[in-house]
Amino acid sequence: MSIVHNLGLAAIFPEIALALLAMLLLMEGVFSKRVTPAAIRWGAIAAIVAVGLMVVWKSGTGLSTAFAGAFIVDPFARFMKVLALAGSAITLAMSGKYLARTKMDSNEYPVLVLLATLGMMLMISAGDLISLYLGLELQSLALYVVAAINRDSVKASEAGLKYFVLGSLSSGMLLYGASLVYGVTGHTGFATIADAIAGQPTSLALVFGIVFIMAGLAFKVSAVPFHMWTPDVYEGAPTPVTAFFASAPKLAAIALFTRVMVGPFAHATQAWQQIAIFISFASMALGAFAAIGQTNIKRLLAYSSIANMGFALVGLAAGTVEGVQGMLVYMLIYLVTTLGTFACILAMRRKGIYVEQISDLAGLSRRDKGLAFVLAMMMFSLAGIPPLAGFFGKLFVFMAAVKAGLYALAILGVLASVIGAYYYLRVIKVMYFDEPAEAFDGADMELAIVAYASCAFVIGFIVVAQPLVGWATGAAQSLF
Amino acid sequence: MATVFFFYLFSLVAIASAILVITARNPVHSVLFLILCFFNAAGLFILMGAEFLAMILVVVYVGAVAVLFLFVVMMLDVDFTELRSGMLNYLPVGGVIGLILLVEMAALFGTWVVPQDLIAHTAAPVASTAQNTRALGEILYTKYVFFFQTAGLILLVAMIGAIVLTLRHRTGIKRQVIADQVARSPATAVEIKKVQPGQGI
Repeated sequence: MSIVHNLGLAAIFPEIALALLAMLLLMEGVFSKRVTPAAIRWGAIAAIVAVGLMVVWKSGTGLSTAFAGAFIVDPFARFMKVLALAGSAITLAMSGKYLARTKMDSNEYPVLVLLATLGMMLMISAGDLISLYLGLELQSLALYVVAAINRDSVKASEAGLKYFVLGSLSSGMLLYGASLVYGVTGHTGFATIADAIAGQPTSLALVFGIVFIMAGLAFKVSAVPFHMWTPDVYEGAPTPVTAFFASAPKLAAIALFTRVMVGPFAHATQAWQQIAIFISFASMALGAFAAIGQTNIKRLLAYSSIANMGFALVGLAAGTVEGVQGMLVYMLIYLVTTLGTFACILAMRRKGIYVEQISDLAGLSRRDKGLAFVLAMMMFSLAGIPPLAGFFGKLFVFMAAVKAGLYALAILGVLASVIGAYYYLRVIKVMYFDEPAEAFDGADMELAIVAYASCAFVIGFIVVAQPLVGWATGAAQSLF
Repeated sequence: MATVFFFYLFSLVAIASAILVITARNPVHSVLFLILCFFNAAGLFILMGAEFLAMILVVVYVGAVAVLFLFVVMMLDVDFTELRSGMLNYLPVGGVIGLILLVEMAALFGTWVVPQDLIAHTAAPVASTAQNTRALGEILYTKYVFFFQTAGLILLVAMIGAIVLTLRHRTGIKRQVIADQVARSPATAVEIKKVQPGQGI
């Protein structure tokens, strides 16, 4: 037991469990003759739920580290891990019927999602430049494969290949930055890098390193100017895969971004704050303008997610506890809204064929009142209309920006939000005021549950806000 | 003295063979020069006291990778002169970009202030008594066991991905089933037909 104790294995226990369960399901899928993809999928969901419970109850309460600080478990990590696991499990549950109907169902898809989730957990807990890179690669590599899982479709293969090539480029930039940081400080651990930087003037080489690391991370969260892959990959990949891409990996990447910026580079804030402000503003602006002309709802949501990352990064740019807390609340709301929206999109099926044009939603309010109402609430929330959850998310990040003295960023952000409201409201207009198109087949039960649950959350956020914000505050404080 | 002599010998041959790798007209010769380069690099490792790395270089790179290269070069019919024909056209543009990068790097490294105690806390694990292999093993499998295992998981994902994206189960082809072959008996294998005289089957 002493080696377990020395390495701090107790902290990493949920990750080990997830890795073993993923391998077990993989073996089961390969060797068992009778097992169906649905069984593997529900097994994977059960595994994620079990690991999530482990994260909540079995990984302690305060800060614990493993492997000499390379792996950190603190309230921030627990918060983000629970959200990421929830995102993975729910998107897996939503994917089932779609994959079965389009004959893409395979035993390996849930296993790859599990391994990507494992990569996300390692990213969220990274405490060292090496574990940062390894977690990121584990997640990304699984995502590249999942993007091209529909290998007979030219579009999906193109999406996977594009994602892979650009992702490798960004990994290269990240590694170059990491090597520069190591060269300047002589350390790879986050805590020791922070100590080495503290009290010294920021050298040019360190700034270069930080810039390259930020470029790599900005690619993973698809922030401008590293966003080019997002619309094509979101459109090309099968819809359940897009739902997965838009939810859990974004959370993990934002968590990693935050941990790297306020952890090792806490004493070089001037070096990264300007860049964070720029990419946050550019993402909000591009997301607001580029989405206006879109006709495909998946492309629209791709630009919407770029804009949302911009809003979340406003909190990071503030660089304060309030900023990070606002960002965490924002990401929580983003996750729920994204899941609800994709549940509605996955319900867009006409005579057995899935459709994804905005015009297919025409007159939805007269065909399916429930679905139209849920999607309208999601769009209102994304646009930031007051009583709904999305408004509070934006309120928290902009308040933090104002408190940190970033008035210009807050004002520009609000303007971008107003412009962005146009295309969200356009979807609602199409649903409620256009001539009805042909009716959809009814939504599956999983989709209906996810859609109505997220709708209830978005409307009732004002009631449950107190404990959630408290939880986010505790998580944010653990980083500083 | 001998060390200095061998250092220059190995370095010179390594550089010369590296140049020959990219200038040789025959691709097979290129690969052979690459092997020569690897051997000399292994010699340099031995001079530095890193005998394990030297062995690995010879065993893995010469024994496996270079031989694989040789097979690929001989099997594939690649016209290398055609590949190289655009080189003069692209040289000015590529050269300018390379020069700009070089100037930027020089500017960057010119401002590099090496911390006073850098040597003290960089990862320099080798205790003078430990053997090479043991020291590497301790780093890789004890200190960095987390990274090592995570890297293993990444390779697992790569393997699953390669299979998922390329393997196709083709139907309608005959496969060997040994159990069926063994279970054959004269009763199932031979069919006796009465053939009428003067007629075919």
